[in-house]
Amino acid sequence: MALNFDEMHAAAGVVREHYQGYDRWLARQPSDVMRSRREEAEMIFRRVGITFAVYGAKDEDGSGTERLIPFDLIPRVIPAHEWSEMERGLAQRVTALNRFIHDVYHDQEILRAGIVPADQVLQNSQFRPEMCGVAVPGGVYSHISGIDIVRAANTDGSGSYYVLEDNLRVPSGVSYMLENRKMMMRLFPELFSQHRIEPVAHYPDLLLETLRAVAPPSVNEPVVVVLTPGMYNSAYFEHAFLAQQMGVELLEGQDLFVKDNFVYMRTTQGPRRVDVIYRRVDDDFLDPLAFRPDSTLGCAGLLSVYRAGNVTLANAIGTGIADDKSIYPYVPQMIEFYLGEKPILHNVPTFQCRKADDLSYVLAHLGELVVKEVHGAGGYGMLVGPAATRAEIEEFRQVLLAKPGGYIAQPTLALSTCPTFVESGIAPRHIDLRPFVLSGKSVQMVPGGLTRVALKEGSLVVNSSQGGGTKDTWVLEA
Amino acid sequence: MLSRTADHLYWMARYMERAENTARLLDVNYQTSLLPQSADAAEKGWKGLLSISELSGDFARRFGEVSAKEVMAYMVTDAANASSIRSCLMAARENARAVRGTLTTEVWETQNQTWLEFQRMVTETDFSRDPSPLFEWVKFRSHLSRGVTVGTMLQDEAFHFLRIGSFLERADNTARLLDVKFHAVETEFYGAAGASTQSQSSSAGGPATPGKELEYDFYHWSAVLRSVSGFEVYRKAYRNVILPERVAELLILRPDMPRSLAACMQEVVGNLHMVANEHSAETLRLAGRLQADLKYGRIDEILATGLHAYLTQFLERVGTLGVGISRDFLVPVQS
Repeated sequence: MALNFDEMHAAAGVVREHYQGYDRWLARQPSDVMRSRREEAEMIFRRVGITFAVYGAKDEDGSGTERLIPFDLIPRVIPAHEWSEMERGLAQRVTALNRFIHDVYHDQEILRAGIVPADQVLQNSQFRPEMCGVAVPGGVYSHISGIDIVRAANTDGSGSYYVLEDNLRVPSGVSYMLENRKMMMRLFPELFSQHRIEPVAHYPDLLLETLRAVAPPSVNEPVVVVLTPGMYNSAYFEHAFLAQQMGVELLEGQDLFVKDNFVYMRTTQGPRRVDVIYRRVDDDFLDPLAFRPDSTLGCAGLLSVYRAGNVTLANAIGTGIADDKSIYPYVPQMIEFYLGEKPILHNVPTFQCRKADDLSYVLAHLGELVVKEVHGAGGYGMLVGPAATRAEIEEFRQVLLAKPGGYIAQPTLALSTCPTFVESGIAPRHIDLRPFVLSGKSVQMVPGGLTRVALKEGSLVVNSSQGGGTKDTWVLEA
Repeated sequence: MLSRTADHLYWMARYMERAENTARLLDVNYQTSLLPQSADAAEKGWKGLLSISELSGDFARRFGEVSAKEVMAYMVTDAANASSIRSCLMAARENARAVRGTLTTEVWETQNQTWLEFQRMVTETDFSRDPSPLFEWVKFRSHLSRGVTVGTMLQDEAFHFLRIGSFLERADNTARLLDVKFHAVETEFYGAAGASTQSQSSSAGGPATPGKELEYDFYHWSAVLRSVSGFEVYRKAYRNVILPERVAELLILRPDMPRSLAACMQEVVGNLHMVANEHSAETLRLAGRLQADLKYGRIDEILATGLHAYLTQFLERVGTLGVGISRDFLVPVQS
C-alpha cells in the first residue's frame, strides 16, 4: 500500500505536464476565494435541485431527504493520448460485451467453445430465459454502458488503467458529469479560455441519436421516452434532466398501457404509441405479468410487446448476465473470441471463489484482498481487507465459506489519488472514472466521464451512497 | 402531453395561486386587526378566514378557541394543515419537481427557490412579530412564478394547463373571499332584496352610531379591495366613494379586473378551448355557460337573488368544472 500514483504530482513538488497549467492557476488563487466558490457551487446545486433522495431517510416533518452529492472544485485531468487509448479500449470492450449478450441468448457459441463455463451463465440469476431467441434491433443490448475504470500504481511508480467493473443495466451518473462541467465553467470561466478542454455537453444529443437508431425497424419517426421509477428514486434528477435535454416525455409506469401488442402512453389527447423506452427501471420491475407481480413501476404486458419487436427497451432485458462479477473475469477472453483482438483495457486480476484453489488462496489472504459479492452493487456486501477489523474479517470468512460461489476477490488496488479540496485544505484523495459508452448504429462517447472521489482520507469507496463526491473530468485536446 | 404531466402542472399552478390568496387574506385580516375600533371585526375576520377555507372544524378540534396568533400559525406554517401557505408552497414545488423536465429551467428554479427560501424564512425569523413582509414575499413569489411562466414557457398544452390551474383557483378564491367578507357585515343587504338602499340601513349586527358605521364600512370594504389589489383599481374604475355593490360588481363582473370572477372564467374558457379533446365537450359547455352568465349578468340581479346564494352556486359550478377537467384531461384515459 506504500505505492501511490497521484494524477497531478509525479513526485513531491513535481507537477505532471498535463496539470501544469492548472497548477499555475491554482497557485494564484487565494484559499478564501476557493472556499467561497465552493459555497457558491453548493448554493447553485441546491437551487437547481441537483439532489438525490436517500432511501428510507426522512426529515423531521416526514418528507423525504434530499441531499447533494459533494462536488469538488479541483478537476481530474486526462491527457489526450491516454484518453484516445482508453476510448479505443472502451469501444472494443463494449462491442464484445454486446456480442456476448447476443450470443448467450442465441447460439451460445462461447459456451460451446468452453470459454465461459455454461453453468456460470445458464445457472446465473441474471440470465433471462425470456430473452432467448429474441431479436433486438441492431443486435445491441447494452445501449448505455458505464465502465468503471481505476488507475493503480505499478512498482516502478507508473500507473496503469484497469476496468474495475462493467455496468450494463441502468448505469447512472451522467447528469453529474454534465452538471459538474457547467458548474466549473460558471465558477472558473478563465480556466476554460486557458485550457483546450474537450466539451461534453453534446451527450444528450448522442444519447437521442443512439435511441432513435435502435427503434423497431418499421418505425420512421420513433417516439422515444424515458421511464423513471418516480420522483422519490435516488436518480430522479438525472431521469428528468435527460428527458428534458432530449426533449422527450418522462414517464412513470402508470402512464403506459399495452393494447393489441403495442405499448401506448396516456396523453391529454388520448393514447399515443411509444417506440423506444430508455428505461431507468430494473428488469425485475418492468412487467408485473412477467417478473415481480407486486411491481407498480412497470407496465403489464410490456415483455410480450418487447418480444414481438414492437418496442425497444434500452438497455435490453437481461444485460445483467454480462456485468455480473462472476462473468467479469472472462471479458478479456470474450474480446479475443468475438473480435479476434487483444484487449486494450486490462481487467483487475480476479480470484473466483467458486474454484477451490482460488478460494483457499482468498481465505489465506483475506486481510489483503477486496472480496465482492458477484451480484452486489453500490459498494454494499463487500469486504475491503486492509481496512477491516479482525472481527469483520472473521465474520466475512463465515459468510464466504457458506457460499463461495457468490464471491470473487481482487488484490486491493492502490487507486490513484487526485488533489481534492477538503476541510484542512488541499489533500490527495482516491478517485475512479466512469465513462459512458453509447451503442446504437455505432459506438460513441463523449471524452472523459464521471470522476468519483472518496472524500474520507484513505478511503477507497467512491460510491455516493458511501460518502463519495464527484469532480469535473477534463480531457485535454491534443 | 401526458395526462399525469398535465395533472402536475395544473396542481402546481393551483397551489401557487392558493398560497398567494391565503397570504392576501391573512394580510388583510392582520391589517384590519391593527385598527382600534375593529377588535370584534378582527376576530370575526379570523373566524371567517377559517370558514372560507372550510377549516373551522379542523381548527376547533385541534386548538379550540380562535386566537389571532394560532390562526396565523395554523394558516402559515402548519404542516398538518393542507391549506397552509407552507403546505401549498411545498405541494406546488413537489408537483413542479415531478414534471421539472416539462418546465423551463427558470420556472422550476423559481418554484424550488420559493420553497427553499420559505423554509429558511420561517425557521430563521419569527414572522409572527411582523407578518406583513412574509405575506408580501409570498405574493411576490407568486407574481414571479406566473411571470416567469408567461415569459419563458412555450405556449403549448403545458402552458394552457398551468393557466387553467391558476385561474380556476383564483375564481374559487375570489368567490370565497367575497362571500366571507360580505357575510361579516351581516347587513340586510346580504342575502336580501333592496340592495340599493344599503347605505341607509342600520342593521342590528352593525356598529351603533351612524358615523362609526360609515367609517367601519369604509375600512371594511377597502380591506376587501386591498386583499385583491383592487383599491386603486376601484377608484380608477368608478371615481366614487367605496360602495358595497360597486365592490361586488368589480370583483364579480368587471372583465378588466384581473382577479374578478368574469376575468378568471374568461381565461379558463380560452385556455380550455386550446386543449379541447374528444371527451371534453360537456366541460367546455359548462365553462362557457358560466362565463356567459358573468359576461351578461347585472349586479342588481345578483344582489336581488342574494349574494351568498349566488356565490355558493358559483363555487359549486367551479367545483363541477374542476371535476370535469380532471375527468377529461387529467385522470388517465382508460383504453
